[in-house]
Amino acid sequence: MIEFILNNEHVVTELPSGSILLNFIRKEKQLTGTKIGCREGDCGACTVLIGSIDQQGKLIYKSVNSCLTPIASAHQRHVVTIEGLNLKDKLTPIQEIFKKNNATQCGFCTPGFIISITGSAFNSDTSISSVMDSIGGNICRCTGYSSIQKSSSEIAQLLVNSGNNGSISKLTSAGILPEYFLNIQNRLLAIPNISSNSNNKYIVGGGTDLYVSQSAEFESKAIDLIESKCGNGITLNNGVCIIEAGASATDIMENNDLISLFTELKSYFKLISSKQIRNTGTLGGNLVNASPIADLAIFFLALNSKISISNNDNLRSIFLKDFFKGYKLIDLNEGEIIQSMAFNIPEENEYFNFEKVSKRTHLDIASVNSAIKISIRNNHISEIHISAGGVAPIPLYLKNTSSFLKGKELTSQNIRKGHCVLKEEISPISDVRGSDVYKKLLLKQLYFAHFIKLFPEKISIADIK
Amino acid sequence: MKNIDSNNHVQGKSIFVDDIPTISGTLFGTIFSSSIAHGKIIKLDISNASELDGVTAILTHIDIPGENQIGAIIQDEVLLAEDEVHFIGQPIALIIAESESISLKARELIEIDFEEYDPIVNVQDAKNNEHFILPPRSFKLGDISKVWEDCAFIFEGIAKSGGQEHLYLETQGSYAIPLENGNIKIFSSTQGPTVVQKIGARVLGISMNQIEVDVKRLGGAFGGKEDQATPWAVLSMLAVYHLQKPVKIILSRHDDIYMTGKRHPYETNYKIGFSEDLKMLAFEAEYLQNAGAAADLSPAITERTLFHSTNSYFIPNVRTTVYSCKTNLTPNTAFRGFGAPQAIFVIESAIKNAATQIGIPARELQEINMIVDNDSFPYGQIAKNVELKKIWKTAQDNFNFYKIEKEVCDFNDSNDNLKKGISFIPVTFGVSFTNTMMNHARALVHIYQDGSIGISTGAVEMGQSVNTKMIQVASHVFSVDSKRVKIESTNTTRVANTSPSAASSTADLNGKAVEKACNALLIRLKEVAGKKLQAEPESIDFKDELVITNQKDTTLTWEEIIWEAFASRVSLSESSHYSTPEINFDKSIEKGHPFAYHVYGLAITTATIDCLRGTHVIDSVRIVHDFGKSINQEIDNGQIEGALVQGVGWMTMEEIVHNNKGVLLSNALSNYKVPDIYSVPELVEIIPLETDGNENAILKSKAVGEPPFNYGIGIYFALQDAIYAFNSNYKYDFDAPMTPEKVLLGLYSK
Repeated sequence: MIEFILNNEHVVTELPSGSILLNFIRKEKQLTGTKIGCREGDCGACTVLIGSIDQQGKLIYKSVNSCLTPIASAHQRHVVTIEGLNLKDKLTPIQEIFKKNNATQCGFCTPGFIISITGSAFNSDTSISSVMDSIGGNICRCTGYSSIQKSSSEIAQLLVNSGNNGSISKLTSAGILPEYFLNIQNRLLAIPNISSNSNNKYIVGGGTDLYVSQSAEFESKAIDLIESKCGNGITLNNGVCIIEAGASATDIMENNDLISLFTELKSYFKLISSKQIRNTGTLGGNLVNASPIADLAIFFLALNSKISISNNDNLRSIFLKDFFKGYKLIDLNEGEIIQSMAFNIPEENEYFNFEKVSKRTHLDIASVNSAIKISIRNNHISEIHISAGGVAPIPLYLKNTSSFLKGKELTSQNIRKGHCVLKEEISPISDVRGSDVYKKLLLKQLYFAHFIKLFPEKISIADIK
Repeated sequence: MKNIDSNNHVQGKSIFVDDIPTISGTLFGTIFSSSIAHGKIIKLDISNASELDGVTAILTHIDIPGENQIGAIIQDEVLLAEDEVHFIGQPIALIIAESESISLKARELIEIDFEEYDPIVNVQDAKNNEHFILPPRSFKLGDISKVWEDCAFIFEGIAKSGGQEHLYLETQGSYAIPLENGNIKIFSSTQGPTVVQKIGARVLGISMNQIEVDVKRLGGAFGGKEDQATPWAVLSMLAVYHLQKPVKIILSRHDDIYMTGKRHPYETNYKIGFSEDLKMLAFEAEYLQNAGAAADLSPAITERTLFHSTNSYFIPNVRTTVYSCKTNLTPNTAFRGFGAPQAIFVIESAIKNAATQIGIPARELQEINMIVDNDSFPYGQIAKNVELKKIWKTAQDNFNFYKIEKEVCDFNDSNDNLKKGISFIPVTFGVSFTNTMMNHARALVHIYQDGSIGISTGAVEMGQSVNTKMIQVASHVFSVDSKRVKIESTNTTRVANTSPSAASSTADLNGKAVEKACNALLIRLKEVAGKKLQAEPESIDFKDELVITNQKDTTLTWEEIIWEAFASRVSLSESSHYSTPEINFDKSIEKGHPFAYHVYGLAITTATIDCLRGTHVIDSVRIVHDFGKSINQEIDNGQIEGALVQGVGWMTMEEIVHNNKGVLLSNALSNYKVPDIYSVPELVEIIPLETDGNENAILKSKAVGEPPFNYGIGIYFALQDAIYAFNSNYKYDFDAPMTPEKVLLGLYSK
């Protein structure tokens, strides 16, 4: 039994926990403001907000694609559709700004945009780029976005003006949220926890890929959520960072400790899917899914991460690079789950970079992605780990290239020699994301891009032309 | 005035077909379609699927009571396959079940065996086999055969442009409901209510008056719902015919992409000749249009390609031929621009190729050869009120494009990793359906006895705000508050025999009909007011909800005069018909005056390439556009911005990929990318041209739907120049879209 609040209504449903939230909203509840656009998280027309009480006891809302959300995720939470944002007699200021700027034409995508952008009121930062990022997962085919961009900057200003800090009371008094939001926290606290000894066959780690291809099958299935099996914490201790498998991409990207370690973390992660997907998709899910271009896998392979795998009380630890065995084949036995991942915190003379190129820069699957971590001592490469996606059946750790470069002096010539090794250990295939010829060239470029970006005094674009 | 639906749109209250509350007992339909591109059906076994609990019926071609034929221009397309299949996604059977999920399960249980034939996928194979939709069609001006020897420069080449998925956010859908006496009411997401009605009647073997088509609004269409909304509408009516229950069909995104046609890909051989002083003397082009497996709208699209083959230039000797090639792909269809963007890409590629080889900017060739008043288009229409010169000057005055060109050069001189390019795209776009017969519309205007107004037209609202414009027309003629005016749904029982909302002409045709109806009512109201005020009707006018005589206000209000008219037994309803004057076209000689007027414009695009990664950003698109006298500048600007970005998508990232078996590989939003908020130009600046407008346009406000799509073409050539700035070995080739892959391969080509 799943119990939650849908807009201002207390809802109890006996639907299988794996069934899709979008269907419940439209079919069971006839809330037709939430649209069906693609059912694969690529258009944002079905976006809803999910409010939950975080560890600090604060009610926060995140946007998700309801087409990829199992209804289990709604338990003890507040699901907000466009109907739940509407005020009785007037538009919210966000709706008003969209109207004023003609940011709606056919109107089909509009509720999704309004929901996503209202979600940005809960962002820690309400800069224009953060507000824009909240709608990076929403597609509009009519407006050409100019009017939507203009709306975004006005909304960013509105959020600043309303003294926004994600506080519900401030948002309700600014009319951005209806008054009933004030009581939601208490109402959520009254909903009992779901039974914790549930032991379903399927554990969903976000489901943002699973539900693209298999949502119909899961309509009738009971599932457990990854958060019931492992946490989503991120801790840094004794030079080691541990990320629990239930951490979402957003949890990682917005973690202040990690941001101080990787100053460009946010810009790297903005290249990874969309806000909605990042709010849902988890580290564990991304690794187990084992897509050859998995962004998180590529990112953490270069950090030479280890993963902890548990089976009841048994725990084993392996390097992430040994986890991927073949196309969608992983070193995970029946009953095992990934608990967490650990990597050594980069030190002062260690450098990291992540690159990704896709047909469309945002919310697209990489043609090729790559990451590097490199340690320099006395102008020599003391340690190096490079990874690449889209060039093999698995997210690839570039073992030969990394070991070739290790110990070498950091020179343009050695970097170029490294590429000769690299091209022998990749095997890209031609597909809809690019020809093999392109992927080979692109990885070459991204390989050099790492060095050109990190060591511009050592190598430049002229060296590879 | 804002789009009248704005409030409902931002609150999610606007109703689309799938949002209409369903009547209890409604059934749901799913289409079972061909998985091969060409072959014979050996066995079709629906028995397992039929036995599934909750499946009501599975219908095939044998269940069609009338003609199994949905072709609108040429009758060459069946609704449900009979013996053979001709494209992947061709409907074979319709599954009707109590729920959508049951119908999907049943689809998995249908068994089919094919004898597979070799499909034809590309246009070269089709042409070699003379596999055409219609005989090749040519436009001719002057005498091309003799002029080549007079040319100082001749350039030949190939230009290719790809297909494009419409990706309207609302997928295709319909909801049909049985009425008494075998009549059917259908809600359809269609641009062409009459097409649905006519084809529905043909397939069901009933008369058109038995089908009532109602359209509230579309969640985007862009041409994709002009003809291709019809199959799903007719299928739901077929199910209603048999089952006498309400039936809804909403295509999933996957089925929509899989089963519906797209923009036509083109491959074109061209040859262009210039005099010593760089005047264009001759242009010859053979366009191979990939029409897919059936005609659909391809004959009309063929025509528009020919009409726009010379874009904004005067060329005295022209011979252009379109081969509409029949292949085993989904029948391709209308998409904003309707064959014109493909033609404009070719002539602009020819110019770019020539300019590159001569060693001058393409802009100079464009300027030298611009069409001027009294020049002839290749189809015989004499150019009048050409705005190009004025546009060019306005662009120079506002943007100082010599300065922009210099900035691009300077930037390239001082940057190694980043390179910029710039391009100019002028646009000359003919407005009217090229099929003269379609250029008419009707409107029905009721004034209710309380003074409120209800308007029905044949216009379909799909985001272009045509309904808003209709209200503006009525409130302008009556001089009443726009709040008094309501636009009704588009319904074939109120306004019959409509042309589809297409060809950028909807506001002109329907708006003129509304204007006419309102004026007819106004004459009657003036008579009533004249009697009441004992004044001459000619001295009466309406202003701001009041009657005025000889320019002086009276106390007589709109509401009072309406009541007076009603009480005097004067009709407060009017139905008017408008047909575009002047236009004609004689296909036997391919000459005439097909367009009510032309829309002109210019876009200047600059872009920056990251030469390490092959990615790019569009720095700016600066546009001067001929709106005429826009009746709604904000809404018209929105059309420009939206069309531009769609054009940019077509030129950069939207890549339709088939394999050699005709399987669509770019079959989902995860692998077919359209522009998102990050992929749009950093600056879009639109300067409206100051002009008097055109009498044939509604209130002199020119059509704006399609012409600005062509501005998006500029990015292709800007990127080429940026590539060349990095790599002087780059060979200009013309094969759109310019994906990051092509950019990178170009940057490092040897």
